[in-house]
Amino acid sequence: MNNTRQTADPIVRYRSISKTFGDLTILHEIDLDIAPAEKVAVIGPSGSGKTTLARLLMTLEEPTSGTIEVNGELLWHKRVNGRLVRADERHLHKMRGNIGMVFQHFNLFPHMNILRNVTEAPIHVLGLPREEAVERAVTMLEKVGLGDKLEAYPSHLSGGQKQRVAIARALVMRPSVMLFDEVTSALDPELVGEVLAVIKEIAREGEMAMMLITHEMDFARDVADRVIFTDGGTIVEEGSPEQIFHDPQSPRLQAFLSRFRAGSGKEVMR
Amino acid sequence: MSLFDLFPSLAKGAALTVEVTVLSALVAFAASFLAGFGRLSRRKSVRALTAVYVEVFRGTSLLVQLFWLYYALPLLGVELPPLAAGVIALGLNHGAYGSEVVRSAVLAVPRGQTEAAIALNMTPWQRMRRVILPQAFVMMIPSFGNLLIELLKGTSLISLITLADLTFQGMVLRTFDASRTFEIFALVLVVYFALAYPLTLGMRGLERRLTAGRV
Ligand SMILES: Nc1ncnc2c1ncn2[C@@H]1O[C@H](COP(=O)(O)OP(=O)(O)O)[C@@H](O)[C@H]1O
Ligand SMILES: [Mg+2]
Repeated sequence: MNNTRQTADPIVRYRSISKTFGDLTILHEIDLDIAPAEKVAVIGPSGSGKTTLARLLMTLEEPTSGTIEVNGELLWHKRVNGRLVRADERHLHKMRGNIGMVFQHFNLFPHMNILRNVTEAPIHVLGLPREEAVERAVTMLEKVGLGDKLEAYPSHLSGGQKQRVAIARALVMRPSVMLFDEVTSALDPELVGEVLAVIKEIAREGEMAMMLITHEMDFARDVADRVIFTDGGTIVEEGSPEQIFHDPQSPRLQAFLSRFRAGSGKEVMR
Repeated sequence: MSLFDLFPSLAKGAALTVEVTVLSALVAFAASFLAGFGRLSRRKSVRALTAVYVEVFRGTSLLVQLFWLYYALPLLGVELPPLAAGVIALGLNHGAYGSEVVRSAVLAVPRGQTEAAIALNMTPWQRMRRVILPQAFVMMIPSFGNLLIELLKGTSLISLITLADLTFQGMVLRTFDASRTFEIFALVLVVYFALAYPLTLGMRGLERRLTAGRV
């Protein structure tokens, strides 16, 4: 399965991507391909650059050097007379339609009820007629188990419910790639399960590629086709869940995993 | 002359005070948003220009600004009717303060809101219009309410450029019968308060309405 996916043209292609904040280099010449429909889990210690990797693809952060391609087309650049120039907002707008993201802190719109949170972009960005947008949104909210909360405002929901709304909000846009950045890290432990269950369900359905940044190792093992271990701004090791969790090669990954096991699966470093 | 004799001229004055307040508030509102967004502009020249406007109008006295527009500008060949001079001075002065309200409210909306809007592929205009402004506007209301009351009270200065507002009418009544100074100005105070208090209530009501259901 892994192999057939690797041979298809990648939906996302990071090429020699580096990111610097001031004097600090956060990512060092990262190369990474994601195949269509592939589920890639990204694990690694805090500060290793996982979030930045996702934010570069969501166009929330601009690469210092290197390129990213989505569907074979440059994301951050345009080619003018053979030279790469920074793309304008119009190009970014066109490209972003392929990508969705769910954030650690939900970022729901507090001034809109749940239904409007989920219909706002389909109506105003995709240009769907209201009835169609509502139908899509209700279907999606039912799928994440919130069909009875349409009129509620975000402040009335639990963290787990908020995050499920955020997932529905991203899904109705039908992106080809979805980024999940530690979407359960801000939740009370008893609410983690309901959110992970929803993501597993979506992953099982299939056709969307996913990048899952997570500290939930069991979840990564269950859902991912491939696991990537980052440390210090580089991809130190990658492989199938089997390889990464049962036969880790690099000392850094071994150390990382043993720290996790010592903390009984829960994150022990911050 | 009884207390009731004072009413007609005070009522006329109050009407002008209200008119000037409303017109100046419109100017101030527009100036607040223009300058507030100007200070947030990506272009340095726009930021610099609006900063000059804000600092000049905040850093000098409203009375002098009023005199300047009414007495000094004609020397440059621009003659403004007193009402226009009053409305412009009051509007631009309070707009300078209002721009800070707009600017800080927009900046107070968490960065994650913009990021979520980008992730949903909203255009910069949609992000502002649909996500940032509705949240920022609610935060602006209490400060706008205070500024509006400041503005109402500030209109008394236009009596010094020949406009017959509430304060002016009080002064006129007093010249007819100085022995009633106490009643006259007591009544003027009451009328100012009667104009200001509904503004406070109105702003509170607006804030409540805009946040209904959310919290
Ligand atoms: N906007 C920023 N400015 C400066 N440093 C940043 C910024 N964003 C992230 N960093 C730094 O980059 C490093 C990697 O951050 P991040 O990508 O969030 O890692 P992770 O998600 O793996 O914890 C951290 O040391 C963080 O402090
Ligand atoms: Mg992170």
